[in-house]
Amino acid sequence: MVQFKLPKNSTIRTGKTWPKPEGASNVRKFQIYRWTPDDGENPRVDTYFVDMDTCGPMVLDALIKIKNEIDPTLTFRRSCREGICGSCAMNIDGINTLACIYGMDEIKGDVKIYPLPHMPVVRDLIPDLTHFYAQHASIMPWLETKTNRPAKEWKQSIEDRKKLDGLYECVMCASCSTACPSYWWNGDRYLGPAALLHAYRWIIDSRDEATGERLDELEDPFKLYRCHTIMNCTKTCPKGLNPAEAIASIKKMMVERQL
Amino acid sequence: MHYLTDRKRAEGKGASGSGTEHFWGQAISAVGLLILMPLFALTFGSALGMPYEEALAYYQRPFPAIIAAMTLVTAMVHFRHGIQVVIEDYSRGLTKKALVILFTALSYTTLAVGLYGLARIAF
Repeated sequence: MVQFKLPKNSTIRTGKTWPKPEGASNVRKFQIYRWTPDDGENPRVDTYFVDMDTCGPMVLDALIKIKNEIDPTLTFRRSCREGICGSCAMNIDGINTLACIYGMDEIKGDVKIYPLPHMPVVRDLIPDLTHFYAQHASIMPWLETKTNRPAKEWKQSIEDRKKLDGLYECVMCASCSTACPSYWWNGDRYLGPAALLHAYRWIIDSRDEATGERLDELEDPFKLYRCHTIMNCTKTCPKGLNPAEAIASIKKMMVERQL
Repeated sequence: MHYLTDRKRAEGKGASGSGTEHFWGQAISAVGLLILMPLFALTFGSALGMPYEEALAYYQRPFPAIIAAMTLVTAMVHFRHGIQVVIEDYSRGLTKKALVILFTALSYTTLAVGLYGLARIAF
């Protein structure tokens, strides 16, 4: 449902300002969203100062440094630190991206870090992605076949394999879906760019035999057609993918099978 | 509070099996308006500032009258499609249903009144 104002218990307040590191000459200011379900307080933005001479170049490096050296209660997801796992997706400097591959040299001024927008927050920078993952599961993200031959591997031509480029690389970080206003307002029913990109990945797989069923499952004013080609998804994707194009391709296939 | 599984919440009531017709209808009417609007602006613009009797005579000619009628029909069809999407985006429940009915009625009423007016001038 569309909401233009934050609920009272979600209004963000000014939080704690942590002391600057002593003797550091190259210091950068970080403003980070904090919220815990344990104290019943509103969310706040804490201010940290990081010595950049002893910090790695990526935003994730700074977050880890803050957690290790300044405030161990700061909570965020991270794993691979090289843009493969999609765990550290967050809103940095107003853009949904992966903290591990977003360089601090790309940010002018203070570094402002919030969780992915318009999602329930579990704690600090950790959004609740339960519904997002369930939507992904609902598009049947696996190869679906009906014939049992060949009994060995199913071949794919070089041309058909190329169709999967730009789709299979998606790491399900949720940056695109949480950047989409349609997903903000109707995320309960609209599948969102990430799930639809994955749906298209299986629809155009030359080996998949459930194309019709897959399209049938998407034939809905909300599941698919809530996409209004706003293209925030494509703009924000940290992997440089184009979910908007994938969704447009699904719509094209939908029309083609009716005309 | 419902103890539903995550998958059940995500699936909801399943796919409705419609949507493409609406999407395609809106696309067709958009292309139609792309062609019709310049023609309408040209014909309507020519009639602007004419004395009343001359304007009536102008719209009794087939080309301006047909262009005006086609623009009106296409615009109202496009409006009906578009406004439904906007309403579905921003409202829920009974409000959504009421607004869809209201704006559907409004678009068809506007269409009927416009065509009646054109017919009175043309015939």
